[in-house]
Amino acid sequence: MAEQDEGKERRKIKAAAKMKEIMTSYYIDAKTAGQTGKKVAWITSGGPVEPLIAMDIIPVYPENHGAMIGASKMGVELCRKAEEMGYSSDLCSYARSDIGCAPINGGPIGGLPEPDMLVCCNNICGTVLKWYEVQARYFNIPLFILDTPFTHVDFSAEAKKYVKSQILEYIEFLENATGKRFDYDRMQEVGKLSLEGQRLWQAVLDMAVNRPSPLSAFDAFFHLALIVTLRGTRQTVDYYKILLEEMQERVAQQIGAVAEEKYRLLWDNLPIWYRMKWLSEKFASAGACLVADTYTTAWCGSMKYIKEDDFIETMAEGYSRIYLNIGVDQMAEQVIAMAEKYNVDGIVMHSNRSCKPYSFGQYDIQRIVGEKMGIPTLMIEADMVDERSFSESQVETRIEAFIEVLQGKK
Amino acid sequence: MKLSEELLLIAKDPYGYAETLKAEKKIVGTLCSYTPEEIIIATGAHPFRLFGSGQKARLADAHLQSYCCSLARGVLEDALSGRLDFLEGIVFAHTCDTMQRLSDICRINKDGFFHLDLILPAKLNTESARSYFRDVLEIFRKDLGAKLGVEIADSDLRKAISAMNRIRKSFTRIYELINKNPSIINGEELYILNRAAMIMDKKRLADLVEDAVVQLSSDSREAPDAGAPLPKRIFLEGGVCNYPDIYNIIEEAGGAIAGDNLCTGFRYFNGPVDEDNPDPLMAIADRYMKRIVCPAKHAGIADRGERLVEMVVEKRAQGVIFFFLKFCDPHAFDYPYLQQVLEKAGIPSLMLEVDDPLQAGGQLQTRVEAFIEMI
Repeated sequence: MAEQDEGKERRKIKAAAKMKEIMTSYYIDAKTAGQTGKKVAWITSGGPVEPLIAMDIIPVYPENHGAMIGASKMGVELCRKAEEMGYSSDLCSYARSDIGCAPINGGPIGGLPEPDMLVCCNNICGTVLKWYEVQARYFNIPLFILDTPFTHVDFSAEAKKYVKSQILEYIEFLENATGKRFDYDRMQEVGKLSLEGQRLWQAVLDMAVNRPSPLSAFDAFFHLALIVTLRGTRQTVDYYKILLEEMQERVAQQIGAVAEEKYRLLWDNLPIWYRMKWLSEKFASAGACLVADTYTTAWCGSMKYIKEDDFIETMAEGYSRIYLNIGVDQMAEQVIAMAEKYNVDGIVMHSNRSCKPYSFGQYDIQRIVGEKMGIPTLMIEADMVDERSFSESQVETRIEAFIEVLQGKK
Repeated sequence: MKLSEELLLIAKDPYGYAETLKAEKKIVGTLCSYTPEEIIIATGAHPFRLFGSGQKARLADAHLQSYCCSLARGVLEDALSGRLDFLEGIVFAHTCDTMQRLSDICRINKDGFFHLDLILPAKLNTESARSYFRDVLEIFRKDLGAKLGVEIADSDLRKAISAMNRIRKSFTRIYELINKNPSIINGEELYILNRAAMIMDKKRLADLVEDAVVQLSSDSREAPDAGAPLPKRIFLEGGVCNYPDIYNIIEEAGGAIAGDNLCTGFRYFNGPVDEDNPDPLMAIADRYMKRIVCPAKHAGIADRGERLVEMVVEKRAQGVIFFFLKFCDPHAFDYPYLQQVLEKAGIPSLMLEVDDPLQAGGQLQTRVEAFIEMI
């Protein structure tokens, strides 16, 4: 028993405490913005945060809040509240829990800091457009929409021109909202820090190519918070340097995320926030490590389109061509590339009722991957925040059957 | 009124009709009222709206989860089962997340006809979106022309615009007449007219709806007998309505349709394209920029509510019935807000969420009856 505890202790990621500290201080800053005279913008997780950072506006992410609500198991209560307000139970549970939270300052941190403005980028879904319209009406504040045309096959020059012109509209929107001129030099610095942060985050994720993998997708879900919320800050760069060093050390010392790594798996779609511990223990007890995932990679997947010295000019393409804003076949290619890179034995797909752009097409991705790689896939039907869509016995049976398939293949 | 047998047959058996029509014209499938039909017509081809035939989804279930709307599932089922093989191609206009993925899934899994995406802007209230909209139409003109082996001249577009405007004018007139006296046409006839309009040959359609206007204008049908209660004036708001039964249920409960803002109704023919604009593509884009938006598009945070109240007041409707397909996110997101806006304006409303095929009508009927009784 003592030996087990020791192993568990050894596997704990030390940097996590530092991240909690950063996130706590960030939320305190945001919550007290009214007193410090800072403006707060709510922004979608795939939205361009860098101009906000450059303007000293505090970005706040309702989706990150949704994840916190899910993780603290308050999802059902808040989703129900939104349903009482007339929102269908079939709608996205991030949106529902956030909408249900606003009038009562509910949730784990007593509600999000009130926004002065809203920035919505539809590169992740059409849901955010509707959700932000709801909140813009509720708070009666200005809403900026960055419309990033979908890329089924090709990203057209016309779409690029359209998004570029909106970047300028975005800057104008921020100037109007703050009454300040936009500082292009500062923006350039923030852009550089953003890319550096993304490179470091990718480097952290890349450490999972090692055997045993020093981190799991469950760790990635947790450490993702900074690249989403504070991308473009020195703090984020510094934090991921520390995390990367720790990962390198773990590799050197052969410390794996799970006690005995027998199977390496790839996770697809958002986490099931309220069941993270249960799932991670379930997989770990079978010696299965979820070494990578398609979700956390999304925050550094479009680096190739962005030029460090020309951030403002190139961010339009970078923000348009992210994982969720491309065709199913291109997503399948990326899944295959990741499966090969991390050398996985199988894929776990979360068919997520809350996320249609992520989930519709998964059956095809599953088939394509099966045909091209011959590795098995497990499909889990659930929802990222709303526990009512989770059937423990069904998921458990499926995981067990899946592990048996993996055993048979070894 | 008496609808022509031709319209009834087409509305009843769209695919049978398409099989016959394909001898004369190439047929291009569309899924949404944001498809610029003028451009398809300008190639000499025929735009044909797809609704799904409501058959059991055996093949589509291998591609779409249970939380997908019946419209997308139905169209995919028909495509995969070969029921749409009369098509030359399908055009997917970008609207909601489901349509976006349906396009991918069709492209990957269905050969035999061409596939085109129309990546429209999601917001329709800025100058840059307007300019992009025109760019998208230009791309579409080239892509579609290439698929069909024709070059689309501005003069072809102008002819197509004028043909579509003629139809829009007649429909606008029909809705004006209905508004004056909802009793001159029954709901099912209105449904059939609307449905046929999205399916049948546009030239023939223009003639038939002009006949309908003449017939309706001279209709001397009076309001019901003196003493009998007047039907309650109902306004329908929502997405795609594939169910003639709904109209019957409303009428049997003592209601009459005074107007609608359905994708398969007023939104389809709302507003003409400016024939005087020297740039026909810009003129088409402008129609969409001005037209009442579908909830998958953005035209300001209060636009849909304001315009709904305006329409309902103008039609002197006594109540609004919201009509949504299950799992239709854009409509479901707007519902609480629209319901509140109506409530503030003193207009009662009822929400019906349905799936294809329509579940047993009993519950719907009871709810509609209770609502109409109450207003």
